[in-house]
Amino acid sequence: MSLLALENLTVRRGDCPVVDHVTFTVSPGEVLGLIGPNGAGKTSLLRAAMGLLPSAGRSSLAGLAPRVRARAAAFLPQAREIAWPVDVETLVMLGRVPHAGRRVTAADREAVTRALDRMGLAGYRQRIATALSGGEQARVLIARTLAQEAPLLLADEPVAGLDPESQIRTMQVFQSLAAEGRAVVASIHDLGLAARHCTRLLLIARGRLVADGPPGVVLTAANLAEVFGVRAYYADTPDGPVFQPLGVTR
Amino acid sequence: MRYPLLLLALALLVVLLFLLSLLVGPAALGLGESLRALVTGQGEAVVLVMREIRLPRAILGLAVGAVLGISGAAMQGFLRNPLAEPGLVGVSSSAALGAVIALQTGLAASFTLALPLSALAGAAISVLLILGLAGPRGGALALILAGVAISALAAAGVALILNLSPNPFAAMEIVFWMMGSLADRSMTHVALALPFLLAGSALLLTLGRGLDALTLGEDAAEALGVRLGRVRLLLILGTALSVGAAVAVAGTVGFVGLVVPHILRPLVGARPSRLLPASALGGAAMLLAADVAVRVIAPDRDLKLGVLTAIVGSPFFLHLIWRMRRMEA
Repeated sequence: MSLLALENLTVRRGDCPVVDHVTFTVSPGEVLGLIGPNGAGKTSLLRAAMGLLPSAGRSSLAGLAPRVRARAAAFLPQAREIAWPVDVETLVMLGRVPHAGRRVTAADREAVTRALDRMGLAGYRQRIATALSGGEQARVLIARTLAQEAPLLLADEPVAGLDPESQIRTMQVFQSLAAEGRAVVASIHDLGLAARHCTRLLLIARGRLVADGPPGVVLTAANLAEVFGVRAYYADTPDGPVFQPLGVTR
Repeated sequence: MRYPLLLLALALLVVLLFLLSLLVGPAALGLGESLRALVTGQGEAVVLVMREIRLPRAILGLAVGAVLGISGAAMQGFLRNPLAEPGLVGVSSSAALGAVIALQTGLAASFTLALPLSALAGAAISVLLILGLAGPRGGALALILAGVAISALAAAGVALILNLSPNPFAAMEIVFWMMGSLADRSMTHVALALPFLLAGSALLLTLGRGLDALTLGEDAAEALGVRLGRVRLLLILGTALSVGAAVAVAGTVGFVGLVVPHILRPLVGARPSRLLPASALGGAAMLLAADVAVRVIAPDRDLKLGVLTAIVGSPFFLHLIWRMRRMEA
């Protein structure tokens, strides 16, 4: 059973396709890294998959009723917006909106506690979210998507701007979600992080899906030169795959 | 819980100010005498003053203040901007244009409800325009731009009428009407406005959860299952019904819808859903207090309510900004 199925998903801006006939499915247990240069169409792909952008083709999520979809998939937008100075607990509790009745239940509170613990934010409950640093805000917003407890998480650049520890911890949270039978699709620019923590990479260039497979299969010298214009060092070590871009090729 | 306490305190304040509004006026009536007359209907002149003059004024003060507060809170929540106010979608200025047309053409003098009905028509037209301009889908920006355009158009219409008015007295009447007042309103006004004020507030009160989710931005809110188009439609309809009716009976009373949510936001933990009822009570309290103040400050000069709210409101707002800046520094 797949958690997300895209079939020839296409998004046009004017006549120009920014997402061009993309087809793939996401199964439970996968941490899927969406990689590609700036402007490749990663954000549009994620938004269209959620049904937030008009598109042609099919996404299994886009057709669902809003409340049903919100229980099937959580979405972390790239823009990290916190409009009002609410406390962290209130903000994370917003992840319970798709589940909530009129009142906050014990289950809601437990989900919020689990989400805060996972992101290492247990001591932050009463802090005012807008007064936190950018990286802390990013972690709070990820915690919000975790509190939603949906089987699938679509995250647009979740680790951008985080410190190394938070980056690794966040990727480990994604891995633990996958181990519980859920799945994560995250767009990510740090290819080293993607190589180490994703079970599968999708390489996007000019709206098209160029490569799809395990990191070692996708991050080939040819793909890197063709799509990113870089050359890189890649090795399987006892510590896992190591990837380091070395220079530009064009 | 602090939130229920806050609501209770605000509600008590509203009740006190409502009673005060009933008791303050040029006719020197004793406290016991006036309340007894209001309830029992004994004593002809006193009953007339209480039931026909002061009661409608107090009811309108409460209801108009409440809708200004709640619509201000809803507008700020939807646009995620503390500077938003109910007039932003063009409803107030369009209702004012409708009223001004009624005053200028002499329609207002022909029967009591001509002016408020004409103002309501103005508000209704602005809603149709804004829904047409901003489109069925789409976010906050289209709404703001459409609102600004419609406000400017309605203001230009008012200016044109004043400009070409052959009769200085009519122009004077228009200018004074636009300053906003609750003086000399009757129970007929209450009966006309109250259904719209209540219906509009009821629509706005349903928006709490959607506005809470919008704290995370439009994409996140939509992904959380909030139907943004529906939220926006309810916001426009609720504001048009309530603020349109408020302007129709009270003229344009500025600042309440802007300042009240701003003052109460820190007290409700900045949650938009909690700010809605709190701002309704806060707006009612503020307008009742202002309407008592105009009677106390200048009993024989007919100081206009809208003038007072602006004169007292702006320095207070400046003080808030000053304090906010110091806290951030």
